[in-house]
Amino acid sequence: MDVQLWTYIIVGITFAIYIGIAIWSRAGSTKEFYVAGGGVPPLANGMATAADWMSAASFISMAGIISFAGYDGAVYLMGWTGGYVLLALLLAPYLRKFGKFTVPDFIGDRYYSNTARTVAVLCALFVSFTYVAGQMRGVGVVFSRFLEVDIDNGVYIGMAIVFFYAVLGGMKGITYTQVAQYVILIFAFMVPAIFISIQLTNNPIPQLGFGSTVSGTETYLLDKLNGLHEELGFAAYTNGSKSIIDVFFITFALMVGTAGLPHVIVRFFTVPRVKDARISAGYALVFIAILYTTAPAVAAFARTNLIETVSDQSYSEMPGWFSNWEKTGLLTFEDKNNDGKIQYVADKEQNELTIDRDIMVLANPEIANLPNWVIALVAAGGLAAALSTAAGLLLVISTSVSHDLVKKQIAPDISDKAELWLARGAAVLAVMVAGYFGINPPDYVAAVVALAFGLAAASFFPAIILGIFYKRMNKEGAIAGMVTGLAITIFYMARYKLGWIGEPTTSEDWWFGISPEGFGTVGMIVNFAVSLVVSNVRAAPPQEVQEIVDNIRFPRGAGAAQDH
Amino acid sequence: MDKEKMKLYWKKNIKFLTILLIIWFVVSYVAGILMAGPLNEIKIGGFPLGFWFAQQGSIYVFVALIFIYVSWMNKLDKEFDVDEKE
Repeated sequence: MDVQLWTYIIVGITFAIYIGIAIWSRAGSTKEFYVAGGGVPPLANGMATAADWMSAASFISMAGIISFAGYDGAVYLMGWTGGYVLLALLLAPYLRKFGKFTVPDFIGDRYYSNTARTVAVLCALFVSFTYVAGQMRGVGVVFSRFLEVDIDNGVYIGMAIVFFYAVLGGMKGITYTQVAQYVILIFAFMVPAIFISIQLTNNPIPQLGFGSTVSGTETYLLDKLNGLHEELGFAAYTNGSKSIIDVFFITFALMVGTAGLPHVIVRFFTVPRVKDARISAGYALVFIAILYTTAPAVAAFARTNLIETVSDQSYSEMPGWFSNWEKTGLLTFEDKNNDGKIQYVADKEQNELTIDRDIMVLANPEIANLPNWVIALVAAGGLAAALSTAAGLLLVISTSVSHDLVKKQIAPDISDKAELWLARGAAVLAVMVAGYFGINPPDYVAAVVALAFGLAAASFFPAIILGIFYKRMNKEGAIAGMVTGLAITIFYMARYKLGWIGEPTTSEDWWFGISPEGFGTVGMIVNFAVSLVVSNVRAAPPQEVQEIVDNIRFPRGAGAAQDH
Repeated sequence: MDKEKMKLYWKKNIKFLTILLIIWFVVSYVAGILMAGPLNEIKIGGFPLGFWFAQQGSIYVFVALIFIYVSWMNKLDKEFDVDEKE
């Protein structure tokens, strides 16, 4: 059977599963819609969190980025896993004990202020929208290559599926669909990785194969790869080329940003007990780590295979995958010296091959000559990753509107049923907007995703941490901290990343050599400093707020997440 | 729960957090970033050690840290009688 048919079959089956689960787990109340009724077992929540977290970027782009960046790719590996340690130790158990539905709920109640709540809602909306645009685009890319529809139609199909389970099922539908999506995406990621690991190193475990010798030789794979890199003029694969301070700050911003992302935090409101919130962060990280420790192995394998297949080989003898991807425009060859061979080198003047790093994972099974069903499986996995994250984000958006804005501020008397319909309406609207961005992606999508992490780091993280660990923290401090942290981070991004303010800039102009991606760390430090100073010159928070803080510090009496 | 007992419980929690977060920092930021260069001189199989910490080892340690925290806290909750009933 050809790839096309396999893809239709496997993607068709997985979609049928998602829709079936959505119908089986429809939400009947706002509590089910927002936090799945608060009754999700920790293991299921761990899997759902992992699927929620691992987006099209983790599944499709990350191994590709590492493949081209070598050591520097570690910022994503550590940054997107280390944040779970912060979540499990510093946030999840206390927020679960607090027992409301959303992050703005916590900010609004802990800082006894609707201004603080509104700042938090705006951050949540901004972060989630920038993120979801990238997911819908990912869906479009996968569809366009594997189902041979154009990208726009791919986005429409994706919208229809997400619409089904996010709008109908709310958090309950999303959670159980995400469990299924996790299973599909991890299977789809591991199967080709194991195949290729065996091909290259005779070791079926990619995490070990990556440090083994190339089969039939005495040379270690990484040494061989470093050698290939040197020959072609690239920096050694295991050393990378970013400065130490920049790697440090980017990793930190990603970790703290992860721990401050509302669609991740809200997952810990769905488990029955504080104890479950702690352990489900652990399960989530195990499930995430399976992919995140495999990705760097896939990256090294793919890099080796790619260089060996194309470098200095004649263009006319390229395998089928090469021309398939040329058609999408994501791979281009220009024979500058007209020798009919592909020169793939670091020097821009002489390099003849341009490869979009997003295609590495998708093309990897083809490059390694794996069976057609594996290639189809990877397509289904990419879709599962993109759809699960998109759904989680859409839920945060709809909750922010129906719960944090309408119920908590505009119309407190609204009935549960009306609020549920409002939440569904907001989800429909969010799907439309996400679809629009998927079809007309702003050319700065990658830039705004970095911005999303930086903003989460510079706004939510300090406000939540201080809210739990510093009883004296008051609303003036929290608001001033969030606003200055956000302002300075937005300014830096606008100035040095998006080029909206002032003259064009280069990396020479960065403050202390910190790239815009890593600046969220600085924003976070500024937020902490401003919060502490302002909080100490203004009155302590009211007695009942201090009692809330005492109360969230131990688990007993958590009960289910509730409205009042 | 009385104030003194609560204070002690919280102090112990902070102690656990501090220990685990120091390890968190050492495996990722020290071994994987700041000292990655010198550590790369040491090879474990085919892996330069700094590179291994950055792309593999730190992640394994992160997982372990969460499970250690969970087991410490579950014990502490019982000891101070603030755990959750079934």
